[in-house]
Amino acid sequence: MHSKASKVRERGMQAVFLLCACFSMAAVLLICLFLFTNGIPAMREIGIWNFLTGMEWRPSQDIYGIFPMIVGSLYVTAGAILTGVPVGILTAVFLVKYCPKKLYAVLKPAVQLLAGIPSIIYGFFGLMVLVPAIQRLFDTSGKGVLTASLLLGMMILPTVINTSEAALRAVPASYYEGALALGATREQSMIRVMLPAAGSGILSGVVLGIGRAIGETMAVVMIAGNQAILPDSILSGTRTLTANIVLEMAYAAQLHRGALIATAVVLFVFILLINLSFSAIKRGRRI
Amino acid sequence: MKHSLRAYARRPSSFIWMILIYAAAALTVGGMLFLILHILVRGIPHLHPSLFSLQYTAENVSMLPAIWNTIVMTGMTLLIAVPLGIFSAIYLVEYARPQSRLVRVIRITTETLAGIPSIIYGLFGFLAFVLFMGWSYSLLAGVLTLAIMVLPTIIRTTEEALLAVPSSYREGSFGLGAGKLRTIFKIVLPAAMPGILSGIILAIGRIVGETAALIFTSGTSPQAVLGLHDSARTLSVHMYCLLSEGLYTDQAYATAVVLLVIVAGINGLSGTVAGKLSGKGRKER
Repeated sequence: MHSKASKVRERGMQAVFLLCACFSMAAVLLICLFLFTNGIPAMREIGIWNFLTGMEWRPSQDIYGIFPMIVGSLYVTAGAILTGVPVGILTAVFLVKYCPKKLYAVLKPAVQLLAGIPSIIYGFFGLMVLVPAIQRLFDTSGKGVLTASLLLGMMILPTVINTSEAALRAVPASYYEGALALGATREQSMIRVMLPAAGSGILSGVVLGIGRAIGETMAVVMIAGNQAILPDSILSGTRTLTANIVLEMAYAAQLHRGALIATAVVLFVFILLINLSFSAIKRGRRI
Repeated sequence: MKHSLRAYARRPSSFIWMILIYAAAALTVGGMLFLILHILVRGIPHLHPSLFSLQYTAENVSMLPAIWNTIVMTGMTLLIAVPLGIFSAIYLVEYARPQSRLVRVIRITTETLAGIPSIIYGLFGFLAFVLFMGWSYSLLAGVLTLAIMVLPTIIRTTEEALLAVPSSYREGSFGLGAGKLRTIFKIVLPAAMPGILSGIILAIGRIVGETAALIFTSGTSPQAVLGLHDSARTLSVHMYCLLSEGLYTDQAYATAVVLLVIVAGINGLSGTVAGKLSGKGRKER
């Protein structure tokens, strides 16, 4: 009798666990469902080609082209990679081979803290510090591609540092020692031997950073200027896909709202592509 | 030192690399120190007692209601996400055959969820909970949106913590005649607790810092939330609102200080828990 009851309980709980495990699948499906059923019809109404390649965004006249926003997102993401990745990788090299133990005990938690700072604080910092600085340096409004790139570069630093450090530490010490034994300097062993050996791990960190930069909203909205036109220099203002959604969603209705959801669909597809390449890199590493 | 200087003289490129490496580290540390000091220096003088009044008014822009809302939001989100996440991880680690198709699909979906930017979560919550369910801007909509958002964090950390529990624990428990369920709840979960806790703390950090997913789900009402269907702004959203109104820069600095202190506290806590984890692991070995 006792064993029967416990058997029922065992089976029951197993079913509960399974149900919970399936919840994340259901969540992804629901997110896709709501985004696509609300976004695709609007895209059709505007015309997919007009929507993706249209140069003008004028909701008041029902003209919805998001090409400037796609370019804006790509620009600031590329800028973030250009500024954040080299600094991040070299900082990881420092943490692995140059950093005294006592300093490491302080620096490592500091990098973790950098990862935990909310994006609204980064945005605020950008608004109060970076924007005036660029204003003074270049005599512009201060908000634009360059400002957003610098701030996003700072924001992806912890991601790049942590993954690069883990990848470097996973390389067998014999690589480093072997290079030293062959007469290479510390720097040559690190840059020419260790970094290439840790390559795929570092690359997956970079891809994670790309995902974070392209999806960042609150910080970018505050410092990018948000003009819905193609930026003609790195100093001119730009609007990203994420900014487009957050700026206008509060008051949008009908086709305008549909166009904003369609913007999110485009962003979502970008993110899925980034995710796919991330798991491809990870799978390549395991083999 | 002398020897290495001579080596550098023979290889100037190495010398340049060394300078670059030090410069990069200095830039990282300098940037971070600058950010934190800037916020503290400009914010602490404005931490006026009126910012912590019980009632929010347009004059005092009190953040106390927002702090209360943040606590309620965090608690309720965890109430949903933690059991869901832990149970999912239990299934994936303890029951499912590794590499089975189901496990692979679930892993892909959790990775996908982890990569979705918060603005898309916000939009989804807006479409699904605010409009489709008709809850309007409400605590409930915010909580459900955030619960989905932090789920992958909790699943992943719990999975890792469960996998780190030696299989001898389970075998020992089975050997003493305990059933699977009992083994999981009495032996495996307690052993994995520090890892699970550090995942939960990570999730708390993400909830506290979230803005984009909440603006269109829980809305921006500055008053303390009392019911599930009230709109409520958390501290991060409060800061965003102060900034977008443009009149409250000093108060925004003060709010940033409080937010920064909370985040640093959460981080320290997770560091301590993780430290305990590794310390314990050493003893057991």
